[in-house]
Amino acid sequence: MSPAPHSGLPSAALCRILNAGDCGLVVEFGSAVDARLNGLVVALDARLRSEALPGVVETVPTYRSLLVLFDPIVLGRRELIAKLEMMSADLRPEDDSQTRRWFVPVTYGEGFGEDLDHVAALHGLTTDEVIRHHSQAEYRVYMIGFAPGFAYLGGLPELLHTPRRIDPRQRTPAGSISIGGVQAAISSVEGPSGWHLLGRTPLRTFDLAREDPFLLKPGDRVRFQPVPQAEFLRLKAMSESGAVTAEWEAAS
Amino acid sequence: MNAALRISAPGGAATIQDLGRPGFQRYGVPEAGAMDRGALRIANLLVGNDETEACIEFAVVGGAYEMVGGPGRLAVAGDFTVTVDGVKLAAYQSYDLREGSRLSIGRSASGVYGYLAVDGGLDIAAVLGSRSTHVRSGIGGGVLQAGMRLPLRQQRESFAVAQILPRASWPQYDGPIRVVLGPQDDFFTPKGIADFLAGDYRVSLRSDRMGYRLEGPPIARAGDFNIVSDGIALGSIQVPGTGLPIVLLADRQSTGGYPKIATVVSCDIRRLAQRRPQDVVRFAAVSADEAEEIAKADQAAFHGLCSHIRTAIDTDPYDSARLLQLNLVDGFIDGEV
Repeated sequence: MSPAPHSGLPSAALCRILNAGDCGLVVEFGSAVDARLNGLVVALDARLRSEALPGVVETVPTYRSLLVLFDPIVLGRRELIAKLEMMSADLRPEDDSQTRRWFVPVTYGEGFGEDLDHVAALHGLTTDEVIRHHSQAEYRVYMIGFAPGFAYLGGLPELLHTPRRIDPRQRTPAGSISIGGVQAAISSVEGPSGWHLLGRTPLRTFDLAREDPFLLKPGDRVRFQPVPQAEFLRLKAMSESGAVTAEWEAAS
Repeated sequence: MNAALRISAPGGAATIQDLGRPGFQRYGVPEAGAMDRGALRIANLLVGNDETEACIEFAVVGGAYEMVGGPGRLAVAGDFTVTVDGVKLAAYQSYDLREGSRLSIGRSASGVYGYLAVDGGLDIAAVLGSRSTHVRSGIGGGVLQAGMRLPLRQQRESFAVAQILPRASWPQYDGPIRVVLGPQDDFFTPKGIADFLAGDYRVSLRSDRMGYRLEGPPIARAGDFNIVSDGIALGSIQVPGTGLPIVLLADRQSTGGYPKIATVVSCDIRRLAQRRPQDVVRFAAVSADEAEEIAKADQAAFHGLCSHIRTAIDTDPYDSARLLQLNLVDGFIDGEV
C-alpha cells in the first residue's frame, strides 16, 4: 500500500523525505523489497558518505530507504533536505564501486541445518534439490540489521519460499544459513530466530578482532558454496584465528 | 598501579555507558549509550572530565563502592541519596575519597537513572569507538558485578576543591514529551493520531534500555501493521499490532518492521527515560522546524545549567565531605565560600 503522505515533504519525484524527529530524515524510494530500489538506497548512501557533510552523524541503509541521522545544531534540517533532494535526483542504482560478490561456504543438513529435511518435505523436494536450488542462486545483501552483522538477503528461488516457523527458536547458532518467507539470511551471532535453518557457515561475517569487523555491506552479492563437514571444521579453525574464510570478487 | 574503584554491590541494571556508539547501526550494531545523556555529561563535568567520558549507569538503586589502591574523586548525577564513609551528602557534587573510603548510592528520590563519574575516567577499552555496553550483543564495557575492580585511567595526585551543581539548577524532567509526527504517521487514522496525542499513557513495567512500553488508549491504524523494515532513530515510537506504543531508546535494534507514528524530540529523550513504571506520559506534537529550534534552545539551556557548576568549598579535600555536610544537608549552597 502507499497511502497519502502526512509527514512527506516536497521532494524529487523519485523519493519522498520523511521526518524522524529533529535528528533524523528518511529518504524513502518506495515500499517494496526490490533490487532496483535497494540499488538507489546504496547509491545515495555512497554519495552521502563520499561528501562527508559536517553534521551528518551516520546513515542506516535498509531495503527501500536511507535513514540519515544528523546533528541539527551543526547542520540545518532544511539545508540537509535540499542536499538530499539534489543528490537523489540523478542517482543511478548500483552507483557504488565498493560492491563485492562473496562466495560463502556452507555445510548443509544434519548437525548444521536442522530444518533442511522439513523444508524439503514441505516443498516435495529432496534435500539435495533444496541444497542445489539454494546454492545456485545469486543473492543480494539488502541490509544488515537485527543483530551485529546479520545479513538480510533477497534472491531466494521462488520454489524455496517458506513461511516462517510458528514457534521461533530462542537460540540459533552464529553462522546460521536460514530462509524465512521470500528471504534468506546469514547470521553472525547467536540469537533467536523464526527462520528455517538449512546449514551453517564457518565464515564470521562479524568479528571485532578483525581490522574490518563487518564483511558484508548492503548491495553486496552472495553465492553459497556447499562444503563437506571436514572442510567446515578446517575453515572454522581458520575463522577463529581471524581469517576471512570466503573468497570475493568485485561485483560491478 | 593506578587506583581502582571496587564494586562492593552493583546498582540496579548497572552498566558502563558513555554517549553511545554512533556509526555502526548500518551494520546492525545498536547505538547504546546513556539513557539520560545530559545527566552523564553533568557527572563528568563535576569531576573535571571531558563530558564524553564513560560512567557507571544505574537504575533506581545506585550501589556501593570502595576506593582501592589510592584516592579518587567521584561524582553522582541523578536524584539519589549519597553516603561517603557514613556521612550523608547531596547528589550532583564531587566527592574526594581516600584509599579505603566507601561511597554508597541509595534509592532515587525521583527519576530512574543515575550516573557515577570518576575523575580521570575508567580504564576500559573502547569497542568500535565507544565504551557503552550493549548487553544483548555483548559489546562494550560490561555489566557491573560485586567484586569487580574498575581501574582509573589517570591518577590525579591532588584534588583542588569540590564541585557542585546547586539544587536549583538540577535538571527538570516533568511536562509533556514533545514529538515530531512521522516517519509512518500515514499508517494511522486521524483519530488514531488524535488519541495518541490526547491520551494519558503509563510507563509499563516491561520497559528497559531498549524501549519503554506504554499502556493507554490503543492507536487505530489506517492499514497494514507491518512495513518493510527500515532504520530506527532514537526516540522512534513504534506501534505493533496491539496498538500500544513503544518508545525505542538507547539499546533499540537498528532496524524494525513496525510503523512509527512519531519520534520524540532529542532533548526530551532524557525526560522520558527518567519516568518510572506507572508514571504518566503525555505527548505533544511539534513541527520539525519547531523541533530544530527546541534542540538549539535546549543546547543553550544545558550550557547555562553547566555554568552553574561551582566550587563548593576551599579546604583540605579529605575534610571537605564533612564540611560540605554542614551546608548541603538539603543539597543547596548559595554563593562561594
